Amino acid sequence: MRQTRVIRNVRLGIENLLLHKLRSFLTMLGVVFGVGSVVAMLSVGEGASKEALEQIRKLGSNNIIISSVKSAEEEQRSTTRTMMSIYGLTYDDHARIAQSFGSIKRTAPVKLMRKESRLRERTMELRVVGTTPEWFDLVPRDVLAGRVLLTSDEKKQAPIVVLTEFGARKLLATEHSIGQTIRIGGDQFEVIGIVKSESGQAGNIQIPDQEVDAYISLEVAKKYFGDIFTRVTSGSFERERVELHQVIVQVDEPEHVEATATGIEEVLKRFHKKNDYAVSVPLALLKQAEATKRRFNIVLGSIAGISLLVGGIGIMNIMLASVTERTREIGIRRAIGAKRRQIIFQFLIETVVLSTTGGLIGLGLGVLIPFLITYFSGMATVLTLNGILLPLIISMAIGILFGLYPAMHAAKVDPIIALRHE
Amino acid sequence: MIEPSDPGPQTEIVRLNKAVKTYQMGTQEVHALAGIDIAFEKGGFWAIMGPSGSGKSTMMNVLGCLDRLTSGLYYLEGQDISRLDDDALSELRLKYLGFIFQSFNLIPQLSVQRNIELPLYYLGWDAIRSAQRARELAEDVGLGDRLHHRPTELSGGQMQRVAIARALSNDPQIIFADEPTGNLDSHTGVQIMELLAKLNAAGKTIVMVTHEPNIAQYARSRLHMIDGQIDRIEESS
Repeated sequence: MRQTRVIRNVRLGIENLLLHKLRSFLTMLGVVFGVGSVVAMLSVGEGASKEALEQIRKLGSNNIIISSVKSAEEEQRSTTRTMMSIYGLTYDDHARIAQSFGSIKRTAPVKLMRKESRLRERTMELRVVGTTPEWFDLVPRDVLAGRVLLTSDEKKQAPIVVLTEFGARKLLATEHSIGQTIRIGGDQFEVIGIVKSESGQAGNIQIPDQEVDAYISLEVAKKYFGDIFTRVTSGSFERERVELHQVIVQVDEPEHVEATATGIEEVLKRFHKKNDYAVSVPLALLKQAEATKRRFNIVLGSIAGISLLVGGIGIMNIMLASVTERTREIGIRRAIGAKRRQIIFQFLIETVVLSTTGGLIGLGLGVLIPFLITYFSGMATVLTLNGILLPLIISMAIGILFGLYPAMHAAKVDPIIALRHE
Repeated sequence: MIEPSDPGPQTEIVRLNKAVKTYQMGTQEVHALAGIDIAFEKGGFWAIMGPSGSGKSTMMNVLGCLDRLTSGLYYLEGQDISRLDDDALSELRLKYLGFIFQSFNLIPQLSVQRNIELPLYYLGWDAIRSAQRARELAEDVGLGDRLHHRPTELSGGQMQRVAIARALSNDPQIIFADEPTGNLDSHTGVQIMELLAKLNAAGKTIVMVTHEPNIAQYARSRLHMIDGQIDRIEESS
């Protein structure tokens, strides 16, 4: 009974609003745009942060990345004098780190080289990484063909190479290239596998295999190419000795990541006079990204709140005008026997219908906009259930909040005066 | 408070005891009703007459539970209702009273049917029963074929018939008519008055405010007011 009453009231409310289609539509616009922008902003924001979080996860949330950094004074020295600069992580550092903490599950050393490489007639400069088989557990990627490096290869010091998708594309290698020989620098390497490439960046750290073309065993890299790198830059000629460019550490539990990172830093500080390494923690970045996302949501929420407030005030304004215009109708209803609260209910329902309809149209708009953004710019957008329900609930609440005052105003109408009202 | 005097025999439908209604007009107090004692019997047809400012409209508003007395007592069917609150008075209007106005006071955006159904809506009737009742009433006042028209599509006489149908829809004890023919030509006015007389003959109590003597002739009792007081009462034979 009570329910059918509400339904009838809603129907009457809709009929009344349809009498003034243009006015009702214009009144709703504030809420339409308010809700539309909330939904659109939330989904764009959600998409952006999801993308960022995804990339940070690719770095491995359990990982710690220690990189060699050429310190500023070293940089100065190497340009002023033609002398070899020695800096960065050493093989010993790697061994020390690997043994330092029980929480460390596995480590992978990284030695980076740029080498002219050749497969048949094609010559390209490849970024070659010298590492250990652990790498492939630390940075798990699908094997497209062949196999990855194994511990047994390490011992044999076999001249074998695993290409990434990137490197394979550069050299025009296919799965048929497995077993073929490529020349890296001055030496022959047998291709034993091709792995998938990933790309991405978060904050200032790249994912470990960003732009890597080929993997060889660290021992082989040491033996064949040594630790001294020569770079020719605009006439001057730089030589540097770097043993390892990176050490990637995987920790057993996410809770241990930060403590382990601090520990590693302590260990390294003891053996390095210069500040020629940097420890970065993707997890910290992840937390930072989440904090940024929260802040972003607060900003969006405030903007949305303001636009919805403006929409609500617009509705209130029109409803007040409508109450004045319908004074006589209110008087008639009161004379017939409608109670004050029934008048309040009638106008409140009208406002809620108006604001909720606005909310629904706004929702449509808010779903369409991210769709178009994704379609035209390729930016990821995510519609969450909260992102849809919240604006709808809010638009309904706005109807009640801003409808209450005009409705009370309507209920105060004195039937005697209203009926005389011409 | 002194016990009210005897509310009278049960055939009385309304009784005013020392009814006073005072308005503040600037610094001056205006006594729209200056201590009126009167009782209307059930089934009567009263015309309240008098020049403007005589208090006849106030009388009507008080009797119609639209306004409250400043002092004095008002018995409706033997019950003192002079101290009831707004909600209770609304309830009384809804259940026991019907109203007809000079300017018809139909809701323009509602169809004839919806206008007639309006009291039933507030009484909580379901849609099917309400529609049936509205149809019957519209047929009674000769507008069975106009149910889905808007009031603006009707003539004045037709609009007043719709208003009468609406006033009847809750089967009221008393019908209040405020200058029911004031906006109608004399021919249509006569038709409306004949309709009201017919309703009275069928047992409805009618209280009408008018200043036209020929219209007042339809009533069986005429109450003349002057300066918030009863001047004289005429009874038709």
